[in-house]
Amino acid sequence: MANGTIAISEKSFFEEGTTKQASGILSWLLSTDHKRIGIMYLFAIAIFFFTGAILGVLMRLELIAPGRTIMDAQTYNTIFTLHGVIMIFLFIVPGIPAVFGNFFLPLQLGAKDVAFPRLNLLSFWIYLVGAILVLISLFVKGGPIDTGWTFYMPYSVRTTTNVSLAIFAAFVLGFSSILTGLNFVTTVHRLRAPGMTFFKMPLFVWSTYATAWIQIIATPVIGITILLVMLERYFGVGIFDPALGGDPILFQHMFWIYSHPAVYIMILPAMGVVSEIIPTFARRTIFGYRAIAMSSLAIAFIGYLVWAHHMFTSGMSDTAAIIFSFLTFLVALPSAIKVFNWVATLYKGSIDPQPPFLWVMNFIFLFTIGGLTGLVLGTLVTNIHVHDTYFVVAHFHYVMFGGTGTIFFAALYYWFPKMSGKMYNLKLAKINAALFFIAFNTLYFPKFILGYMGMPRRYYDYLPEFADLQLISTIGSWIMLLTIILIFYNFVSAMINGKKAEANPWGGVTLEWHIPSPPPLENFDEIPTVTHEPYDFSQLKTMKYIPKGESYE
Amino acid sequence: MSNHAVNIAHKHRDDIGARMGMWLFLFTELLLFGGLFLIYAVYRHEYIAQFRVAAMELNTTIGALNTIILLTSSLTVALSIAALQKGNRMLSILLLIMTNILAFAFMINKYFEWSSKIHHGIYPGSEHLLNLPNGQILFYGLYYIMTGLHGLHVIIGLVFLTTVLAFIITGSVNKDNYVKLENAGLYWHLVDLIWIFLFPLFYLIQ
Ligand code: HEM
Ligand SMILES: [Cu+2]
Repeated sequence: MANGTIAISEKSFFEEGTTKQASGILSWLLSTDHKRIGIMYLFAIAIFFFTGAILGVLMRLELIAPGRTIMDAQTYNTIFTLHGVIMIFLFIVPGIPAVFGNFFLPLQLGAKDVAFPRLNLLSFWIYLVGAILVLISLFVKGGPIDTGWTFYMPYSVRTTTNVSLAIFAAFVLGFSSILTGLNFVTTVHRLRAPGMTFFKMPLFVWSTYATAWIQIIATPVIGITILLVMLERYFGVGIFDPALGGDPILFQHMFWIYSHPAVYIMILPAMGVVSEIIPTFARRTIFGYRAIAMSSLAIAFIGYLVWAHHMFTSGMSDTAAIIFSFLTFLVALPSAIKVFNWVATLYKGSIDPQPPFLWVMNFIFLFTIGGLTGLVLGTLVTNIHVHDTYFVVAHFHYVMFGGTGTIFFAALYYWFPKMSGKMYNLKLAKINAALFFIAFNTLYFPKFILGYMGMPRRYYDYLPEFADLQLISTIGSWIMLLTIILIFYNFVSAMINGKKAEANPWGGVTLEWHIPSPPPLENFDEIPTVTHEPYDFSQLKTMKYIPKGESYE
Repeated sequence: MSNHAVNIAHKHRDDIGARMGMWLFLFTELLLFGGLFLIYAVYRHEYIAQFRVAAMELNTTIGALNTIILLTSSLTVALSIAALQKGNRMLSILLLIMTNILAFAFMINKYFEWSSKIHHGIYPGSEHLLNLPNGQILFYGLYYIMTGLHGLHVIIGLVFLTTVLAFIITGSVNKDNYVKLENAGLYWHLVDLIWIFLFPLFYLIQ
């Protein structure tokens, strides 16, 4: 049977659940259906993202002018820590794999669910518990953590704030991440539909697969590091405390051995989404499929070897610094392979500039700036100049927010009709994309200049000469807030009274577009047999769902 | 396609998948301890002489006894799996109970070992320890953390084995469906394996 004729049952997963009841809150909270779990993650993550964004805007308000504006220095410290912790551990790391990986990995593989559905639900619950622990750490005695999201020693054993609880929350979140990772790896190995060889898997699957391996391999290291910090605080063990013979630099090594690969946990799934969206809107099979697939693995692999580029100024041998600098440059290669292949795919494609595509354009622009400035940071001489300045802050916002964050939205615009069965306002979505571009660059570009001029990061106050650029950046944060609110508005109103979405609104050909929107509980009535390459658009002619107004002759 | 076929497909059991999941999980456990072994290596390198002095204090006999206990328990759990595969349910249950008893014995030993150390004032943050040179503080810090974390894994393993034992007794783990027992056994072998590394590192290199 070709991809084009897949048998379908009528009821969607909204109407039919895996629990005894089909509706009601418990039918969601206890559901083992990967689609419901994905949507629950989406809700949770949207709330955390919004919280984190508000904290960011508050920071920017404080920085609108030199001197104290709306908060004192200690409050600022706790706010930038929380902003970092929320954005990293609750939004960007789990983001795309937990929401879209959960929802679309089985669909794109032609499977009925992930390999361990109950474990999947457990991961979600562990994630929630972790998030709740972060919240609790804000309110219990001692006050919110103020170490920065990197928890550097020895300050993190000396400060009296609630480090232990917050750090334990990060441990719990890591556990959830590991379980998701091993679930995905097993799913990819065991549940591919007949005919789907590794090189017939969609690229989003490839990138999620590579990510899952990083989750499995890197996360335990941060887990143990974090536990050690807790034990130090409770028992004064001395592993990292220089007063007892320990080595705080060792902490930095252990921390970045995880946290650098974690950067790829953040970006790889996003690259996978880009590789889905570009062929669909260029109506053209992706250029260099194998190169893109293998470059995901290459990024995952080299990503392990570069952690110490975060420590060029912490005291390392020159040889080590040079080696790590070189390896850091090496990671740019597989990333560039992807970008060139995307561009080559667009060349002579018949481009349909729908909202998901516009967001991908945002991504390519912002991520390129983020990537190139990464080379500035990877180079030893320039690193010394801009280390721990606003240049770094600008760089990682361009990479994480401009890269992964943007694609989180792109993925939402791309797959929202499939997930909800509703269509959002296309015009507003296009305006959103443009507004985001303006907001983003106004908010973060001045930070490159500020950093180059010498403004250190994590500072509560600054010299008068930085005032103009800081003001521009703060204005950017307001436009950003407006953009985010508009995005929320668009999706929420689509959910409430959007018109019904077609099964295949964009003319995609990967397996999720072969089934109705929203999909039925079991995804496929009959497991499909895969006969085509994933981006073979000749399938559109025979597919059951062809987008309206298109004829493929 | 009829609904009936769908339901059958959904109940489909995937033993290879379950085993694969377990292996991946064990891999993360190894890496968790791997981090600690790394730290141990760094500090041992830095404080060779002091590590040696500190290690003299540990009771090699108790350590050796515990090694034997764990190795034996690894054997009994392996035999228990084999017994179940051959359909000898009673023997499998018996061997699993023995594994549990051995695990328990390990913890009791550990308890006496730790409490005698603590009795002598050697525990993290104690005055006695803080007066020793840095290398010894680190040695004992690592000793408590690594054997403690290992002990925690013994307890988790005990819970795991006991749960599966209950499953065998109720019959849901049986001759034709024993992947849960296998996985519990794998977990137990890992706990054993880690101890085999901890034992020489702390007790034997003196
Ligand atoms: C409305 C959007 C946002 C605004 C206004 C904003 C603003 C800021 C500001 C002012 C800082 C402090 C810089 C410093 O003093 O060092 C900061 C730090 C940070 N931001 Fe954002 N940000 C936003 C979105 C994001 C997103 C989406 C992410 C993650 C993907 C993110 C991740 C971080 C991290 C990790 C830090 C470092 C915190 C630390 O040093 O402990 N931010 N942000
Ligand atoms: Cu890095």
